[in-house]
Amino acid sequence: MDNELLLQILTAAIKTGTPLLLVALGEMVCEKSGVLNLGQEGMMLMGAVCGFIAAATSGSLIFGVLMAMLAGMLMSLLFGVISMHLKANQVATGLALTIFGTGLSAFIGSTYVGQTVKGFHAIVVPVLSNIPFLGSILFKHDPLIYLSWLITIAVGLFCTKTRGGLILRAVGENPYNANAIGLPVMKVRYMAILFGGAMAGLAGSYMSLAYTPMWMENMTGGRGWIALALVVFSSWKTKNLVLGAYLFGIASIMHLVLQGLGMKISPNLLAMLPYLATLIVMIFIGSNRMKEKLSAPMSLGQTFDSRV
Amino acid sequence: MKTRIFRLLAVAALTAGCSLAAVADEPMKVGFVYVGPVGDHGWSYEHDRARKELEKALPGQVKTTFVENVSEGADAERVITQLAKSGNKIIFTTSFGFMNPTLKVAKKFPNVVFEHATGYKRTANVGTYIQRAYEGRYVAGVAAGLLTKSNTIGYIASFPIPEVYRDIDATFLGAKSVNPNVKIKIVWVNSWYDPGKETDAANALIDQGVDVLMQHTDSPAPMMVAEKRGIRAVGQASDVASYGPKAHIFSIQDNWEPHYLKTVEAVKNGTWKPQDYWGGFADDVVRLASINDNLPKNVKDAINTTYTKIKTGEFKPFTGPIKDNTGKEVVPAGHSLTDAELAQINWFVEGIDSNIAK
Repeated sequence: MDNELLLQILTAAIKTGTPLLLVALGEMVCEKSGVLNLGQEGMMLMGAVCGFIAAATSGSLIFGVLMAMLAGMLMSLLFGVISMHLKANQVATGLALTIFGTGLSAFIGSTYVGQTVKGFHAIVVPVLSNIPFLGSILFKHDPLIYLSWLITIAVGLFCTKTRGGLILRAVGENPYNANAIGLPVMKVRYMAILFGGAMAGLAGSYMSLAYTPMWMENMTGGRGWIALALVVFSSWKTKNLVLGAYLFGIASIMHLVLQGLGMKISPNLLAMLPYLATLIVMIFIGSNRMKEKLSAPMSLGQTFDSRV
Repeated sequence: MKTRIFRLLAVAALTAGCSLAAVADEPMKVGFVYVGPVGDHGWSYEHDRARKELEKALPGQVKTTFVENVSEGADAERVITQLAKSGNKIIFTTSFGFMNPTLKVAKKFPNVVFEHATGYKRTANVGTYIQRAYEGRYVAGVAAGLLTKSNTIGYIASFPIPEVYRDIDATFLGAKSVNPNVKIKIVWVNSWYDPGKETDAANALIDQGVDVLMQHTDSPAPMMVAEKRGIRAVGQASDVASYGPKAHIFSIQDNWEPHYLKTVEAVKNGTWKPQDYWGGFADDVVRLASINDNLPKNVKDAINTTYTKIKTGEFKPFTGPIKDNTGKEVVPAGHSLTDAELAQINWFVEGIDSNIAK
């Protein structure tokens, strides 16, 4: 494998990993508050379609991205009301949200199917892009990728270095104790849910405005589900999440690149690579049960009822 | 209980109404089942375009309904049954995965005619039909062989099934006929439709030196990538010229209207028989849509000459001697593959540096 090819693989891996990274970041924050939202795929699709329509009709990509985030937030608000106020089971509500989002996005976007927009273009960062090798991999991307890095850093710092992050984790570990010491459990959880929705919407708009700048039904292709696995894979740590998302990107790109290189391996076997990678990490996490116990929010998936 | 009686009465009234209407030459009801959305700009889109053409061609004589986005499992059976129950005389089921559901429902409705696209199982009231996409692929191969500067053409393949092998082979035979040095790179994406993955595959192929791209998947994403990266590409299923004004060579377009028209007329006249229908250039079921004006003259000429030769039957793409890529002779000299043989292709022609997925 020559240098040029390696460079292309890594660059492509960042592009492929970005939507996963964005959704997974949102879901991680949401889960840290103790809420398990399986509706990522549905929220992503709503983000993709609303972002696309907004950008196509207004001519502004930034407006599209904002609308996509808003759509994701509205979807997650629906989830919040049903699971938090009406105390419905989080798993069931999340699954329903995905089914609902898949159908609704198809309905909303039916007249836009197959249309295209001029998507985000790569911005070559001056100076930095001249760094040999790394410069080409890291600094010749569309703005949403740079944005994803800023968000990642912000989320990482928030979770580990701020009081807000501490509160978030306290609520996720034990909402009743948090409530007892006067932390606003419902408010914290709602904010986490809304952040998750905004990130899913943003990831959706990355799909429909940067990755493949068009709207097609179901165009997210199950990436929301992969992101859910990624959160577990990362054991709720931002650093691992970044690594996981890009590893996934590399695995799915390798599957395509190795075939083009004429490797005599069954394509079906290669298609398994990304899933194999997840499985291996899952096994690794599973074998270290203490580690999992220490990092998974203890109240994950449990309904909080202040009257109890 | 009351409601049940009401329902019975309603059904009785409806049936009476229907039989009376039938005497008065009611339009024939025709149902369509699609696997994707009608706006997919690919497979389902073309079936639906043909459905509309059919209504236009026989004004007042047919009444069509369609169900889109039907998944290839229990859902399909439910949908097909529903269409048969609601009085459709002909039902077109337009995806390979609808084969078994179609046969199951057809058993229960012996008076309804079923036509299944791309299948191979037929019964007294189930016929099958397919388009000779390989004819278009051969011409695409000729164009690609002439256009490529890197002598490497790329092929985004969906699933390892005979239809896909056949089209890859046809592409390569076409390319080799004009360019003995040409090579083909194949990438399987294991999906009919995943714009993101198709984009990645297109990029991966271009990164590896491919300068003409073919796809066997349904989204226009690869055409958009080709346009962005300044290479050429061939569209499939429907006309995707607008997605790559500079890149587009032509699209291999499916045109199902002739078959739909013929089937409806055959059922009307009582001459319909279950057949395995293959339509190609000769019946206008496969078209070369929007041949790009920006192609060099020699390429345009080659496209037109090859098209005419295949259309008139003067030339058949799968004519021996053809060896597979293990060196075994698969088509003897002078023999052209029959439709039954074409349906079972599970080899790559000599020179394709890839093995069959087993």
